[in-house]
Amino acid sequence: MKPFIKLTSHTAVLPMAHIDTDQIIPARFLKVTDKEGLGKKAFHDWRYLPDGTPNPDFALNQPINKAAKILVAGDNFGCGSSREHAPWALLDFGFRAVISTSIADIFRNNALKNGLLPVVVPEDIHQHLLSRPGVQVSIDLEREYLEIEGGPGTRFQIESFARYCLLVGKEPLDYLLDQDPLITAFETARA
Amino acid sequence: MQPKTLFEKLWDAHLVAPEAAETPATLYIDLHLLHEVTSPQAFQMLRERGLKVRNPHRCVATMDHSTPSLPKNAHGDYPFVDDQAKAQVAVLERNCEEFGITLHKLGSMGQGIVHVIGPEMGLTHPGATIVCGDSHTSTHGAFGALAFGIGTSEVGHVLATQCLLQRKPKTLAVEMTGALAEGVTAKDLVLALIAQIGVGGGTGHVIEFRGEAVRALSMEARMTLCNMAIEAGARAGMIAADDVTFSYLEGRAGVPKGDAWHQAVEKWRYFASDPDATFDRTVTLDASQVRPMLTYGTNPAMAIPLDGTIPADTTGGMHAKALAYMQFHAGESLLGKPVDVVFIGSCTNSRISDLRQAADVFRGRRVAPTTRTLVVPGSRWVKEQAEREGLDRIFLDAGAEWREPSCSMCIAMNGDQLKPGELAISTSNRNFEGRQGPGGRTLLASPITAAWAAVAGRVQAQTTQIPKEFLV
Repeated sequence: MKPFIKLTSHTAVLPMAHIDTDQIIPARFLKVTDKEGLGKKAFHDWRYLPDGTPNPDFALNQPINKAAKILVAGDNFGCGSSREHAPWALLDFGFRAVISTSIADIFRNNALKNGLLPVVVPEDIHQHLLSRPGVQVSIDLEREYLEIEGGPGTRFQIESFARYCLLVGKEPLDYLLDQDPLITAFETARA
Repeated sequence: MQPKTLFEKLWDAHLVAPEAAETPATLYIDLHLLHEVTSPQAFQMLRERGLKVRNPHRCVATMDHSTPSLPKNAHGDYPFVDDQAKAQVAVLERNCEEFGITLHKLGSMGQGIVHVIGPEMGLTHPGATIVCGDSHTSTHGAFGALAFGIGTSEVGHVLATQCLLQRKPKTLAVEMTGALAEGVTAKDLVLALIAQIGVGGGTGHVIEFRGEAVRALSMEARMTLCNMAIEAGARAGMIAADDVTFSYLEGRAGVPKGDAWHQAVEKWRYFASDPDATFDRTVTLDASQVRPMLTYGTNPAMAIPLDGTIPADTTGGMHAKALAYMQFHAGESLLGKPVDVVFIGSCTNSRISDLRQAADVFRGRRVAPTTRTLVVPGSRWVKEQAEREGLDRIFLDAGAEWREPSCSMCIAMNGDQLKPGELAISTSNRNFEGRQGPGGRTLLASPITAAWAAVAGRVQAQTTQIPKEFLV
């Protein structure tokens, strides 16, 4: 797991609510058997016109948003399917954090396991971020604090174990594997 | 004893380690379902780390997403959409062989959509924890199981340890009162619910569907209801098992026989909410007021009664963007809109009762010449059962296509897809932009509503007269 401690970057903004996993990465790109290179397909059907050329109206195609590591999105980001290809695609595209007022459960779980930080902020902070695309934002996972350059800051919460894993780069699977005696005891008791 | 909800009983019965401030609970998983799309990277991780599958007998795999819905061609080959799809299926075969997991291969009697075959084989048990790298795993909650979708990292966790790290979700009781009117199905009921609570209305919660309207549903209708719990953002949807559940399961391959069956039923009866149990939230819905539903936008909450009108914008930019994509406008009715494609299938509505409902409409009628209609059974068993009942003849005589079991046009990974701009009525679960093919436009509905649209060639109320020329 890629550790996540602090991140400072300008933001890119996709203000629409309910951006689903089919928009983040359309299903026809899920026929891969590895995780590599999915960034090329991120937001494919919004990013490209039917003739394959970049859609100039799509925010992530605009120069101001190039190299942004923080995505600010509308409410209920990542709803829909369980495809982990969604955080894989966003990470490969270059994002390390997603900020919204709420983030769908399965997407959030998947993001945390890959070092993509899902940050839920209050409505007023969200509005501030939506209205200032490209603003510089600092995210400090240790302090669970988000700061907007020249603007307000806010505390946010990441589930304590996921936070620990991200800070030290620990794989949650190693923790589960260490529980082998407990798992065996559970299986024996039920048999 | 503290009264408990169904969810709490399931949770407590599967705790390997309870949750603490610093660590989530370790939850034991009874059944792990796998398919070709979300498992390859998990098996690869096992290989790279030198890990084994802890309990291969608790894993069952099938292939459904990337598989063709057409039979073998003249050369004896399955017509995969491309080499990548073919390779993905081959990787699943290799992984299952290497790690000792039962696989229901393409063409075998057990093959089908993962959420159709589990219940059909009696693998889905009340009181069990069930996961799959697929959000519609919530379907299995219809049996009083705790069933939810997981990502590929967690598929790896379950393969290696049979466990998942989980924080306890909240509980949401959905009380459904009254009786459904004639022609109104579980699909309409769940679309009405999602329209009421929103696509994020269940986030962080496990839904328990309760009340007389739920009790009155058949097992297959209950599966349709729980299937779409995820479309309200819920972690899972569930219904306590009862005699309807037990009579569905009795005699199926995966359940105990003889005395062991009766013991199992006694054990399963425990998994119901105690009368005084409390939920974090409660929502009520009067099922008697629900009419056939249809979506008009690009998420499942954007749904109206079939004869309703598209509401004015209440959601900010999302609504306008959705209507622009759908080429609809606020205030208009969908009745009379020409439909290019009708898709009857998916883990939501591809079971035998769904096909019977559609066949009742098609019997003695013809699909409109301007409408392409695909009927895709959810499993090999459903297909053969439908053929035993002569339903295939009804579909074919009506001019519909009768396909092989697959997720097909629900997710458009196997080549079954809409062309840009086409309008479809689909019995599937997601009307997201491009879900059924780039630029395709999806209206979600029940099999009955979809079948009526197929014969009329346009969106129409179920009772409207069919043009005479479409009658056989």
